[in-house]
Amino acid sequence: MIWNEEFETLPREAIEAIQLKRLQSVVERVYATVAPYRKKMDEAGVKPEDIKSLDDLRRLPFTTKDDLRENYPFGMFAVPLERVVRVHASSGTTGKPTVVGYTRRDIDTWAELMARTLACAGVHRGDVVHNAYGYGLFTGGLGFHYGAERLGATVIPISGGNTKRQIMIMKDFGSTVLTCTPSYALNIADVIRETNVDSSELKIRVGIFGAEPWSENMREEIEKKLGIDAIDIYGLSEIMGPGVSVECIEKKHGLHIFEDHFIPEIIDPQTGEVLPPGEKGELVFTTLTKEAFPVIRYRTRDITRLITEPCICGRTFYRMEKVTGRSDDMLIIRGVNVFPSQIEHVLMSVEGVEPHYQIIVDREGALDVMEVQVEVSEDIFSDEIKVLEGLAKRIEQEMKETLSVSCKVRLVEPKTIQRSEGKAKRVIDKRKI
Amino acid sequence: MKVEQISIFLENKSGRLAEVTRILSQAGINIRALSLADTSDFGILRLIVNDTEKAKAVLKENGFTVGKTEVVAIEVPDRPGGLAGILEALEGKDINVEYMYAFVQSSGENAIIIFRFDELEKAIAALQEAGVRILKGEEVYAL
Repeated sequence: MIWNEEFETLPREAIEAIQLKRLQSVVERVYATVAPYRKKMDEAGVKPEDIKSLDDLRRLPFTTKDDLRENYPFGMFAVPLERVVRVHASSGTTGKPTVVGYTRRDIDTWAELMARTLACAGVHRGDVVHNAYGYGLFTGGLGFHYGAERLGATVIPISGGNTKRQIMIMKDFGSTVLTCTPSYALNIADVIRETNVDSSELKIRVGIFGAEPWSENMREEIEKKLGIDAIDIYGLSEIMGPGVSVECIEKKHGLHIFEDHFIPEIIDPQTGEVLPPGEKGELVFTTLTKEAFPVIRYRTRDITRLITEPCICGRTFYRMEKVTGRSDDMLIIRGVNVFPSQIEHVLMSVEGVEPHYQIIVDREGALDVMEVQVEVSEDIFSDEIKVLEGLAKRIEQEMKETLSVSCKVRLVEPKTIQRSEGKAKRVIDKRKI
Repeated sequence: MKVEQISIFLENKSGRLAEVTRILSQAGINIRALSLADTSDFGILRLIVNDTEKAKAVLKENGFTVGKTEVVAIEVPDRPGGLAGILEALEGKDINVEYMYAFVQSSGENAIIIFRFDELEKAIAALQEAGVRILKGEEVYAL
């Protein structure tokens, strides 16, 4: 079902006409109300009235996560805080998170786009949505929650964790839709198998999985193990949260971008140049309708390409391919974004710890595990086991507090972590996804 | 009254201990006493050698993290109750034994126990008061 037939099937010229009108308005608004945007535009010598066509978008400067960090927490908001009814946050590159805000109308827009998203994945009124995305500062839980309510489905706001209980509730409440990270879906499937739950008692029909990259192989595995359709969803809090783009159940290839609210561009991550349609590069988004936290040409660091061919589902929006990588060193561990710089930040705050560390990411069963190897220098060495173990435990605790995801700290001998010339190889990702 | 002990950080993987003994043997250093404490990830090797400074230097040169600690060596009669008598001398004095290890001399009459205390000076005083024989550093290095 198409939730908003009027907008989701517009001819290309009409989409572009709406985009231009909304782009002009948002650029005018950020120039007038958000000092960092005005400063950047002045430096680039571009004024709001210079935006005469969609091609003029590329004259505007990019926005990066660094810009958000420099203006932490509310410096990029385009409305006074009295008009902000909610904030969410995601990982920053250091100890501070990236904060985003929503006006009442933004929450309404988001619910509309999430209703479209769910409908696109084949969810409808009468479905029971088992929402295992985390509720809290993370946008996943509440994003799905509001969208499912808007659609008229029944929401179970179960959030993450306690998998056996999740399965019991899924069975007893007759959940038909599962929403969580793809790795958690696999974990649920494994626990179902281990605990000998009769899968014929489960009514799950479709799952909408996102917040971390996953491959076609993983899709096959989830679909086979759970006996469902597995749909990919994309979003990030800086743009809105979930509901930026989603696959349709008809095609399951390419995620439809809600282009009446977001303009996608693909750029060369090195030069910043806009690439022609169909080429692979870094995804950049401009929000068109957001009030509290509009972003202009935000560099997502996600690598993908745009698909401009029409889709069998009838939606006319361009699609983006499944994200295949990052143009920076961000890791996604159990759905949580982690930057190596955050880990370094924690290590540097522990006295005596040297900046020689390595991060090893692997997958045990369906779950990501992260190990941080720290070299034992003379400053932190002790002849007593309990002192060294206590140190490792303390670092683990601080990591957990800063990263919101746990990791194991392993103490290693000095000089065992490879010293590379130039950029150190900090991360070894052994996951096969 | 104090004995110098070196400690070495070892990752829990094969060949690391052999690497230490190889380096020490090449430097002509003799190991007098040894203990290895380990966890699932790493170990700490504690050694008393005939030349502490040299041992420390060659191990550091070879990339090991090396620490130096002061411990106490005590001679204990090699018979039932020998150790119990010594621990009694420390009782009620608020002194903790962080770890200890023992070895028996070739003469076989007395055992030597290496103690690592949290309060070194206090422990020495208590042991002396109880008439326990504490070995001098030189005595241990030259055993």
